Amino acid sequence: MKKSIILLIALIVSATSILAQIPERPQPERLVNDFAHVLSDGEKQNMESALAQFARKTSTQIVVVTVPDLEGYDRADYAQRLGENWGVGQKGNDNGLVVVVKPKTGNSRGEVFIATGYGLEGVLPDAILNTTIVNEEMIPRFKQNDYYGGLAAGLNVIMDITRGEYTAANYQEKVNAGGSAGIPFVIIFFVLLITLFGKSRRGRFYSPGRSLPFWLAMGMLSGSQRSSGSFGNFSSGSGSFGGGGFGGFGGGSFGGGGAGGSW
Amino acid sequence: MKRFRIVLIALVSVVLFSSCGYNKMVEMDEQVTASWAQVENVYQRRADLIPNLVNTVKGYAEHEQETLTGVIEARSKATSVNVDPTKLNAQSLQQFNQAQEGLSSALSKLMVVVERYPDLKANQNFLELQAQLEGTENRIAVERRKFNQTTQSYNAYIRKFPRVIYAGWFGFEKKTYFEAQQGAEQAPEVQF
Repeated sequence: MKKSIILLIALIVSATSILAQIPERPQPERLVNDFAHVLSDGEKQNMESALAQFARKTSTQIVVVTVPDLEGYDRADYAQRLGENWGVGQKGNDNGLVVVVKPKTGNSRGEVFIATGYGLEGVLPDAILNTTIVNEEMIPRFKQNDYYGGLAAGLNVIMDITRGEYTAANYQEKVNAGGSAGIPFVIIFFVLLITLFGKSRRGRFYSPGRSLPFWLAMGMLSGSQRSSGSFGNFSSGSGSFGGGGFGGFGGGSFGGGGAGGSW
Repeated sequence: MKRFRIVLIALVSVVLFSSCGYNKMVEMDEQVTASWAQVENVYQRRADLIPNLVNTVKGYAEHEQETLTGVIEARSKATSVNVDPTKLNAQSLQQFNQAQEGLSSALSKLMVVVERYPDLKANQNFLELQAQLEGTENRIAVERRKFNQTTQSYNAYIRKFPRVIYAGWFGFEKKTYFEAQQGAEQAPEVQF
């Protein structure tokens, strides 16, 4: 029995590893994913915390991914698929942005692409991304192997431009769900008590529909616990950048917008 | 007798509430229509870029009148073909595709010609247009893929049991994919 379970797990793992050409959504969710190992640990943490803070303030999520190989995809295609698969940005606003960097190695060219979600295409037109950000800020620094400098300079411009586009009115609630979810839970708890009490007095019919608030309450309870836990982790600065640092990917969608270049 | 009635009510309500996937079919049908609208949208975006591009090129490359007229003609042909999103059949899709492919090839000819004019290639306006055009081609690829994905899930849904039996009664039919043009798989020949 045990053997068959292990076999099954091995099968699933091998099957997914064959399919997983574009990296899967990281667990825990991170904004900076240095698969090509061109950033130091300190640089990664700096960038992650700056991007997480930006995401909390504006709800716009910026993801940085460095990869050793584009797996045969065109750079634009790769960035778009990755953003769509991970769901970068908020659903409805589609305000996600993906920066993919493939460092120059040996005789293969270095490539960079910035993919914008549908919601950012207006504020960050392809032409601006192409000239101002990719060609002027990023590539000159990438050419000197300064990947952190190039990314930081480019991201600073992007953050300046997009700062005003989306406000974090709803987003803040989501990140802070730990604090605010307490009150509805108390209300639901009382409603639950009252319905239970009322039911036991009448005591004749048991309808499954009645117990629905209970499941709802359970769901809310578990949900709020999870997000409050990881958010607490992040703000206490214990060094673990748990998924709650920026509230998690929101399911944004990408339509192929953006620009890139190679060197 | 009373129990029988309860069972009957339960059965009827199951049918009413599940609606046998009818609502889902309507929803998916609308999704296909919406993603077709997106496809037309991005093609329109490309068509909108062309007058500006042609004007910019004209200023630098006067001798390429022929190529430029080719692009303008292909553009007007492409914008004249419209597909009714509620009637997405193989024929109308192919007509649309043919017209758009014509514009694609005219544009790629123009881009080859442009290589001969270094002044033009250094022009800021032209560089921006080029970036926009490239972005639009990316968008076209993405929206075509999304259209095919929604079409695929729609087709799979209506052809599964038990919906395969009654999907046709309500007019839900298999939809056509937006496939690449014949010959598109052959790389264009480069002549020096």
